[in-house]
Amino acid sequence: MAESKAITLPLTDEVIDDLRIGNHVEFSGVIHAARDAAHKRIVAMADAGEELPLDLRGQVIYYVGPTPARPGQVVGAAGPTTAMRLDLYTPRMLELGVKAMIGKGGRGQVVREAIQASHAVYCIAVGGTGALLNRHITSAEVVAFEDLGTEAIRRLEVDRFPAIVANDAFGGDLLEAGRRQYRTSSRPVPIEGGGA
Amino acid sequence: MREIEAAAITETVARLAVESTHFLPEDVEGAIRDARETERSPLGVQIIAEILENAEIARERMLPLCQDTGTAVVHLELGQDVHVSGGYLIDAINAGIEQGYGEGYLRKSIVEHPFGARTNTETNAPGVIHTEIVPGEELHIGFMPKGGGCENMSRYQNFLPGAGREAVIDFVCETVDLSGGNPCPPLIIGVGVGGTAEKAMTIAKHSLFRKVGERNPDQDVAALEGELLEAVNALGVGPQAVGGSTTALDVFVETYPTHIAALPVAVNIQCHSARTKHAVL
Repeated sequence: MAESKAITLPLTDEVIDDLRIGNHVEFSGVIHAARDAAHKRIVAMADAGEELPLDLRGQVIYYVGPTPARPGQVVGAAGPTTAMRLDLYTPRMLELGVKAMIGKGGRGQVVREAIQASHAVYCIAVGGTGALLNRHITSAEVVAFEDLGTEAIRRLEVDRFPAIVANDAFGGDLLEAGRRQYRTSSRPVPIEGGGA
Repeated sequence: MREIEAAAITETVARLAVESTHFLPEDVEGAIRDARETERSPLGVQIIAEILENAEIARERMLPLCQDTGTAVVHLELGQDVHVSGGYLIDAINAGIEQGYGEGYLRKSIVEHPFGARTNTETNAPGVIHTEIVPGEELHIGFMPKGGGCENMSRYQNFLPGAGREAVIDFVCETVDLSGGNPCPPLIIGVGVGGTAEKAMTIAKHSLFRKVGERNPDQDVAALEGELLEAVNALGVGPQAVGGSTTALDVFVETYPTHIAALPVAVNIQCHSARTKHAVL
């Protein structure tokens, strides 16, 4: 098992300086859960000049919509959702101060450039491990957009929440590098946006 | 003629919803365990280990395997000598979905209007229900909580008939390449070839009810499945697309006779949390 970097939140520029693609990290502290509907609403509010329900500066945003908690649990299964769907909103979220995002899957070219330009970082958590990741969430509280249900913004306290750096602040892209390293097929990698 | 009570169907669907979302099928877990031994990327091996640990935690702590407890896809094989009494069959299924997703603390992911307000139905109903009328007096219910991430990577295309087998292989590889980490690899890939547009996608989806390692009984189709698995795993996408030799655990191909002018190909992707559960009434 590769060694993990323990990161106590909030994130600092110095910590981001030290992160490179493929690094294992373990976040401890406060992160915020938000997915499609919440992103759409935050960006619309920001564009209209309205006050946002939370200060995004320095925030870590986790793309997750958990299952309901059973009685006695703080949250249900809580693994990452597909980050690509949030690409539409991500450059704006970075402008508003977001410093790290946790999701699954790759990011589009525009977002990769925005991550580098904003000196931010994108990490993946292992998709489909919602039960395992549940154990790293010690508290969960809806703090905005309660009407969105599973898509509401939640404040999560996490303890050694495991993730892997997929896009660092220096233009590195784990998914692209990894596919190149292990590809034995002679097929060319299709161009992004060419299909699915 | 045999009577089956609608209430029994509802209870069964509710049970399938809860069990399928908490317990990874043995064949899937076995295939993932095998992949841990063969995966070339150390990071890939670690990801696979986490997937296995997740299955154990889900089982022991009654937590859903994945927060995306899916669209409830229900495949019915209804014996033509069955009579459903005490209610309408489809209502009984949807009532079972509502009950199971409620009692099981599962995520309700279904919104009413696909564009526009997207108001959550709050029940995870309605399911997507396919009904086949078959001989006999049993009702087979296949339940598949299908995640959005992998379902979104589905693709369909009609090829020139002359394009043949190679077109199928190219299209499947291209689909997997383009989908990257979005559908949560390692994948199980359902491929439907033939019929019409909707038939091709329906048989692609239905193939995902097979057990890992179960080959199409037609030798030529089985050979294509083997070739596709090899071609997909050569792409290097790997577990969660971090790079690696395990992009797919299996590829299932189903075929159907088609029009002289057509070669329909549909790809329906299943994530590693390949949750299915059957019951027979």
